[in-house]
Amino acid sequence: MGKVSSLKKQPMPEQEPEKRIRNFDEVALGYGAGQVVSEAKRCLQCAKPGCVQGCPVGIDIPAFVKCIAEENFDGAIEVIKKKNNLPAICGRVCPYEDQCEKFCVLGKKGEPVGIGRLERFVADDERKKGMRVPEKANASSKKVAIVGSGPAGLTVAADLAKLGHDVIIYEALHKPGGVLVYGIPEFRLPKEIVGAEIEYVKQLGVVIQTDVVIGKTITIDELRGEFDAIFIGTGAGLPHFMNIPGENLCGIYSSNEFLIRTNLMRAYKFPEYDTPIKVGKKVAVVGAGNVAMDSARVALRLGAKDVFIVYRRSEKEMPARAEEIAHAKEEGIMFKVLTNPIRMVGDENGWVKKLECVRMKLGESDKTGRRRPIPIKGSKFALDADTVVVAIGQKPNPLIAKTTKGLRITEQGTIWADKNGKTSMEGIFAGGDITTGTATVIEAMGAGKRAAMAIHEYISQ
Amino acid sequence: MCRIVAKKELAPTVKSLTIDAPLIAKKARPGQFIIIRIDEKGERIPLTIADLDVLQGTITTIFLEVGKTTKHLGSLNDGDVLADLAGPLGKPTEIKKYGKVICVGGGVGVAPLYLEAKALKDAGNKVISIIGARTKELLILEKEMRRISDELYITTDDGSRGHHGFVTDVLQGLITKQKIDMVLAIGPTVMMKAVAKMTKNYNIKTIVSLNPIMVDGTGMCGTCRVTVGGETKFTCVDGPEFDAHLVDFEELMNRQRTYLEEEKVALERWERCHH
Ligand SMILES: Cc1cc2nc3c(=O)[nH]c(=O)nc-3n(C[C@H](O)[C@H](O)[C@H](O)COP(=O)(O)OP(=O)(O)OC[C@H]3O[C@@H](n4cnc5c(N)ncnc54)[C@H](O)[C@@H]3O)c2cc1C
Ligand code: FES
Repeated sequence: MGKVSSLKKQPMPEQEPEKRIRNFDEVALGYGAGQVVSEAKRCLQCAKPGCVQGCPVGIDIPAFVKCIAEENFDGAIEVIKKKNNLPAICGRVCPYEDQCEKFCVLGKKGEPVGIGRLERFVADDERKKGMRVPEKANASSKKVAIVGSGPAGLTVAADLAKLGHDVIIYEALHKPGGVLVYGIPEFRLPKEIVGAEIEYVKQLGVVIQTDVVIGKTITIDELRGEFDAIFIGTGAGLPHFMNIPGENLCGIYSSNEFLIRTNLMRAYKFPEYDTPIKVGKKVAVVGAGNVAMDSARVALRLGAKDVFIVYRRSEKEMPARAEEIAHAKEEGIMFKVLTNPIRMVGDENGWVKKLECVRMKLGESDKTGRRRPIPIKGSKFALDADTVVVAIGQKPNPLIAKTTKGLRITEQGTIWADKNGKTSMEGIFAGGDITTGTATVIEAMGAGKRAAMAIHEYISQ
Repeated sequence: MCRIVAKKELAPTVKSLTIDAPLIAKKARPGQFIIIRIDEKGERIPLTIADLDVLQGTITTIFLEVGKTTKHLGSLNDGDVLADLAGPLGKPTEIKKYGKVICVGGGVGVAPLYLEAKALKDAGNKVISIIGARTKELLILEKEMRRISDELYITTDDGSRGHHGFVTDVLQGLITKQKIDMVLAIGPTVMMKAVAKMTKNYNIKTIVSLNPIMVDGTGMCGTCRVTVGGETKFTCVDGPEFDAHLVDFEELMNRQRTYLEEEKVALERWERCHH
């Protein structure tokens, strides 16, 4: 066709750093209609598209991008929704650079097509116009219980509802959405958007019962008596602590507590909302994953003067997405790498005031392929901090494992399941972070899709 | 949404609410608790279960009005609804035959104590109870406690009823006179700390029910962490009851003070709007 694509993506309009660190509004503002069409036109419409293979839910990417290039936004969202029930969410939080966009041919010479940004645009466009509810199969009279309303649970629920099954989701918290509502901050994923996509799942006929803690309010065994199949998507919500002296001083939060207070409980609007949060002037966030970046950026918006990431390896090994690290830096977050806290020291009132750290150097590569940090002898020093957020990872929630006899649990505490989500117990399926440990929204959704098919087969026998 | 079916005022600042919650009523065991949220802007707070009625499908909670949320809760009436109610949370008390047990309750701590003392009595224990309050108006469940206890002692800080002084004064007298197999203490943290210190000298197994700040109540946030025997535990899932002799009470009391200023701000704001 002789088409020449520009080497660069259309730039994402964003709130300026100086302005955005004072509010919780979304940082990325989304493409305009002209921009989105220009970006879509960069796509070469490869005969053998690599991008599709990089998508855990297998969206027909070239097809929807083509619709956009032809300014047929309704057509585009229709293509996406065949595979993805939560596109406005994925269009914001997916690590595209590791998935679809990683395989884009344009990426070899310049930047790949901004597939995530295109997905976001058409999902937002549809939501503004009003979402259409797809046709459902005839009612099957089969009942499925879903435990947990994160991306995994919502995906299984939506797919099974479309196939005509009766679906109830049980959620322990008072709001559905899992990490999407309690973890990922408003400025990356507005809760109104999560709410709208959950509303769509409800319109498919899915019933969501909040405030039901499975294992406590109702057990898995009791559910087995009432439902034809069960899906467990309870996520990895148990916070890790460092187990160092002084960690229970006041002013020290797990990232989960810090983010739950802020996002789920809206502590940034205290006292209009009842739940408080306390952030001092100097905030240390331990860890360098996405959760750490989110915590650091939240701390800044809650009024902290200096926020630093404390990480025991070097910048190269940081597990957070490059985009998140860049955003954090733009906002003035400081990075103290090759630094490991060994003790937290308090003042006379039991509030944290210092982090005692040692400097690290990198040794041999470990199992994960990252170089192992080794403490440097005699390098102890103190960092002033009046608030600390420990963001060094989460473990699977053990509640169901503990209360369900016969369910095979791995050494890592995850629920064992095959690739279609079948667990060791007949009729019980699982997927998402509870089977893999902390991963991504889209992987949880991919697991949900496979489990939905397996459940459909199982109950249709 | 959960409907309040009955409200009682036990003292000017102590209220009892009976709430429609059939699933929880069926499951709850002594020692467990619930988390409630009043409305969309409300915080999640843990409350103990004071009584339950499986047939009616209701649970009763008794609370002292101290801050914004408990005052707000105390202003609700039969027919009002709570946005959220989740439970039963935490581990149930280990109920078995110990022999001779002393149940110590302070303030509204007598409410959860009642169900546990009753279960201990049903399990064949000899139950001696000591219940205390600041003053006689704040003394709750005396009749109920008397019914299920073999002996009942009452204390008030101001001497307006029963022994003039603390529950520990009575406890001291009892444990020096006879062999006691277990002490269960529920009340303000300072009281539980004092009980623990006393029984440790006599080497009597002692259980306390801790009340740290909580958010989710399901083990997700770690707000409720306490040090027990040198290890960090989450009160909402590993407790709320622990071996009193292993609990770091100083740390617990320190963490309970985290939001004192904010609690004041919230309360003043609420009172301005409602009076
Ligand atoms: C702060 C943060 C930022 C992140 N950022 C990104 C990102 O940008 N991009 C990305 O792709 N991924 C991100 N992730 C990871 C991603 O959110 C998770 O991989 C994903 O949400 C997992 O989905 P899930 O459905 O398995 O579990 P979850 O989202 O964890 O949902 C599990 C749900 O189950 C409920 N539950 C647990 N136990 C019970 C029970 N016993 N009974 C009833 N309900 C129960 C929980 O309350 C929760 O609502 C982030 C994670 C965090 C914490
Ligand atoms: S209250 Fe959150 S872990 Fe206990």
